[in-house]
Amino acid sequence: MVATPEVGPPGVGHPEAEFQTQDLLLNVGPQHPSTHGVFRMVLQVDGEVVRDVIPYIGYLHRGAEKLCETMDYRQGIGFMDRTEYLAAFNAELSYVMAVEKLAEIEVPERAQWIRMILCEMNRLSSHFMFMGAFGIDVGVFATPFIYAWKEREQLIDLFEEVSGDRMMYAYFRPGGLAWDVPANFKQRVREVLESTKVGIKDFDGLLTTNEIFRARTQGVGYISAEDAIDWGMSGPSIRASGVNIDVRKDEPYMFYDQIDFNVPTRTEGDVYARYACRMDEMWESVRIIEQCLEKMPDYGPIMPEKMPRMLRTPPGEVYLRTEAPRGEYGIYLVSEGGNRPYRLKVRSACLSNLQALKDMSVGHYMADAIIVLGSIDIVLSEVDR
Amino acid sequence: MNVDLFGGSVNVWLDAFIRLQLIVLLMTVVVMGYTYLERKIVARFNQRVGPQKTGPFGLLQAVADALKLVGKEDLRPRSADPWTFELGPYFVFIPVLMGFVIVPFMADWNIRLLELGLIYFVAVSGLSIIGWVMAGWGSDNRYALLGALRAVAQGISYELPLVLSVIALAMFAGTYNLGLIVEQQDQVPYIVWQPMTAMIFFIAALAELNRAPFDIPVGESEVAGGPFIEYSGIRWSMFQLAEYAAIFVMSIVFSSIFLGGYIWPFGEELGVGFQLLLTGAKALLFFFVIVWIRVSVPRLRIDQLMAYSWKVLLPLTLAQVMVNGLVLVNGWSEVVLLVTGLIGCAALVMITSRAVVRPRMPAMRTAPAMQGEAA
Repeated sequence: MVATPEVGPPGVGHPEAEFQTQDLLLNVGPQHPSTHGVFRMVLQVDGEVVRDVIPYIGYLHRGAEKLCETMDYRQGIGFMDRTEYLAAFNAELSYVMAVEKLAEIEVPERAQWIRMILCEMNRLSSHFMFMGAFGIDVGVFATPFIYAWKEREQLIDLFEEVSGDRMMYAYFRPGGLAWDVPANFKQRVREVLESTKVGIKDFDGLLTTNEIFRARTQGVGYISAEDAIDWGMSGPSIRASGVNIDVRKDEPYMFYDQIDFNVPTRTEGDVYARYACRMDEMWESVRIIEQCLEKMPDYGPIMPEKMPRMLRTPPGEVYLRTEAPRGEYGIYLVSEGGNRPYRLKVRSACLSNLQALKDMSVGHYMADAIIVLGSIDIVLSEVDR
Repeated sequence: MNVDLFGGSVNVWLDAFIRLQLIVLLMTVVVMGYTYLERKIVARFNQRVGPQKTGPFGLLQAVADALKLVGKEDLRPRSADPWTFELGPYFVFIPVLMGFVIVPFMADWNIRLLELGLIYFVAVSGLSIIGWVMAGWGSDNRYALLGALRAVAQGISYELPLVLSVIALAMFAGTYNLGLIVEQQDQVPYIVWQPMTAMIFFIAALAELNRAPFDIPVGESEVAGGPFIEYSGIRWSMFQLAEYAAIFVMSIVFSSIFLGGYIWPFGEELGVGFQLLLTGAKALLFFFVIVWIRVSVPRLRIDQLMAYSWKVLLPLTLAQVMVNGLVLVNGWSEVVLLVTGLIGCAALVMITSRAVVRPRMPAMRTAPAMQGEAA
């Protein structure tokens, strides 16, 4: 993007000049306002142009995977919530489904529909969070953040009514759900969806069509499909590069094969494309939820009839992936029998997506490196776990 | 030499001193009002309520903020350059204060109406960049340094359209004296005859004041406050005071030279107090638009900012100066100015949206061929 001339005029910065310039090392984070948590990157900048990015992770490492190995299967659910706190339902889902696959538990139909609705709503709330934080990254003073927050609040209120908690739900259990949803669940979901639709439209006016926003984001932070695949990216970040992968379509779990929805992809591979992919995904999520509401039975069990009081799994190993808002959230679970996992490994979408940060931001301005980081939409506790 | 002040005759220096003191008092109150209003307006745009707990309607919020800031420890990093660090805030604030000298608040009430008032104003308002550099350099912080250098680049680039638009206006008005300029607008404000000049002056003023979308030197999400990053307490509040005082003086200057100041639309018969209110109302309008822009648009990047100034604003202001010159020399009607000005406005809007969006487009064409399975 910014071409360094091969042989510049003899002066400051020229290889033979008397005065040499030196790149500046700029330490961004872990307490910088726009690192989305406690991420730290050292930018090597030539004036304003980024020449190198050295990321440092691990500030939020709590050993969640290791802790799970000392706990009962059901106790592990809470740790999964805390790895991906913005989309805790999706994180729980992967873990719970992995345990179910290992223990060969059949989940009742109604519980699966409720899981699908809650996961898609969590995707909406997570994407709203992204919109708000990204708006601040590109420099709108608080407006998108508060607009997103307002919509997210509605969704979180609903989650609280269902699960009793605003962020750390621990509502999905191996076999089904902890308890049934409130009686007015469907009606409440429809109410919240109406507000959500207005909220997404607001963002179209606020950011999507804003000229300065487009000028800041289009053509910035490009990554090719090949590179994105090589880095193991997933989710909206890779779909923005034109790679159409989505676990919900490729390996349908729950009842995604009965639902009519599209996987939004873009081919530009820049920051704007990643933003737009998420934007389109929100409309698809709304569609999915509406279909789920129609197909979901009003009554029915939410747990299998014969669930053991102590959940034990046969020896074996299982890898299960689901499509979380940030990409593939995979759980690798090894059991040697008994009531606790022998080994648990989380395949974090954020960690893989973050690897491409350097490829995306080198050569751009320092302000662009910030929005590139924002466009990957990382959750640091999922990166570090 | 004695002059007339409030009906009495006082020494000319004493008179200037008293007027200056009054202005400083007024400025402090207005700055507090502006910070309160900004909080309230931003809050309404954000679907919030804003300050409401401190005093009636939260009116004392600015006082509470000021008290908190005064009570904070005045920290200086050990590695900072003591003199430049400590003097930086003054070098930012004093030029802003100097700008108040030429401002006509109402008929016959100002500090001094200089003959070259407008030139004086743009000259001193550019000086505060020195303070920014001192703060940025003296802090011994890389963010501060980056912010300061951004401020310099921005200040120099936007000084030119600002000065040229002032020149275009002065050509039309025939004087640099702000008082005379206001007096001439008792029928029609100059924004009617010089719409494009007003637009460019407004944009350049936004950049000069480091307000969004040109708040690049202080961009919180990038350089985390820029030159102010190491400041705390009273010194930091001096920067804030300077920022809002600069907005205040700029809003009064804009309303004086383009919106007819205290005179339009009611003429000179209006009572003195009402004239002050009229000026204030126009200044508030300017301030409201600034805040409106702040909550609506993202921040530009430094290269886009520079390109916009040099490639869009500067040529258009030069064109306006030429048109004004032609009209003056040939004695054409003012309607020519109105028509060309409106055409210029349309051109400015069009070029702006193109200049801002277009240069980034080519990168999109390099998208890979892997789109066969794209939905």
